[in-house]
Amino acid sequence: MTIRDAVLCLWRLFALPSVHFSLGFLTLGGFIAGVVFWGGFNTALEATNKEAFCISCHEMRDNPYEELKQTIHFTNRSGVRASCPDCHVPHQWTDKIARKMQASKEVWGKIFGTIDTREKFLDKRRELAEHEWARLKSNNSLECRNCHSADSMDITKQNPRAAKMHETYLFTGQNTCIDCHKGIAHHLPDMQGIEPGWSMKTSQK
Amino acid sequence: MKTRFLIAALALLAGIPAMTIGVTSGVVAADKPVVIADATGTVGGIKVPSANHPITTDVPAEATHREITDDQKRVRNYADQPPLIPHAIRDYQIDLNINKCLTCHDRRNTAGSQAPMLSVTHFQDRDGQTLGTVAARRYFCTQCHVPQTDAQPIVPNSFQDFDSVLGHAQGGQK
Repeated sequence: MTIRDAVLCLWRLFALPSVHFSLGFLTLGGFIAGVVFWGGFNTALEATNKEAFCISCHEMRDNPYEELKQTIHFTNRSGVRASCPDCHVPHQWTDKIARKMQASKEVWGKIFGTIDTREKFLDKRRELAEHEWARLKSNNSLECRNCHSADSMDITKQNPRAAKMHETYLFTGQNTCIDCHKGIAHHLPDMQGIEPGWSMKTSQK
Repeated sequence: MKTRFLIAALALLAGIPAMTIGVTSGVVAADKPVVIADATGTVGGIKVPSANHPITTDVPAEATHREITDDQKRVRNYADQPPLIPHAIRDYQIDLNINKCLTCHDRRNTAGSQAPMLSVTHFQDRDGQTLGTVAARRYFCTQCHVPQTDAQPIVPNSFQDFDSVLGHAQGGQK
């Protein structure tokens, strides 16, 4: 009864026309407050979408980032490099927000030290990797394709071996990037029971 | 004070024979056909990065050589030679978790990859027992199989293969 009264009281207050403030102040003030809120939200979101933010935790700095530094996605002939969010955060807004909400679990993990030692990280690595494989498989390797477009791929410039594989599996839509290119930016976990893309029994998709 | 001068003079005297020997041995090394880097740091006109430089000078690193990744099989110099790797193997992981080479070259995966299968010797343990999978002693591929670069040998190689030694070399060999 009391809760209902309290809610009703609040609603009446909310529904009351303004007595002291002008309509202009309220609309303009609301507009400015909205701009400030949205700007702040977006800035905070962008700040968490930087590599510097990712490797501000030792879990990421000492494990996946150290491994990335060896690979072609970090150092190569043309000097173009991928940073963490390029591959791990979708670029489109709605997908990005969905991923960010998922990532709140990672904040939980950070607070409770789920992978705060090398051993814990290695033990959990298969599970973490499986999450990423599943995500890239379900969105047809979208984050790969943000840079590597199949349309722009000139297979005459590839090794015959690579060209044949892409013709057989990629251009036919039978496989997506992650089916064959696992572990290109980080070390692989124990791969027991995981078939390579070109030998997968269930590569129909 | 006097003793210090004496010690310094003795040290200088002791140094003279060492210096003369150093000079003469340098000359001898240059005369000999044995390939030793001479004082200019070259062997047969090729600059050797590890030759004798004064320790105080900074010697710029040699440019690294390009890998040969043309997918062309190279002829083996003798029947037992481990075949060379004609493709890039950068970042290939070979450890307890996974052997990246085997994802193509293992018996089970060659249908999809069309890569040559490991030879049967790789399925035998040291007692000659044939196993169902790659023997542990053959697991680390790059112990024997290596990619090549376009580097030229700094020491000449006079190796001749079997056919050239027997004198019935046919066309097509090196």
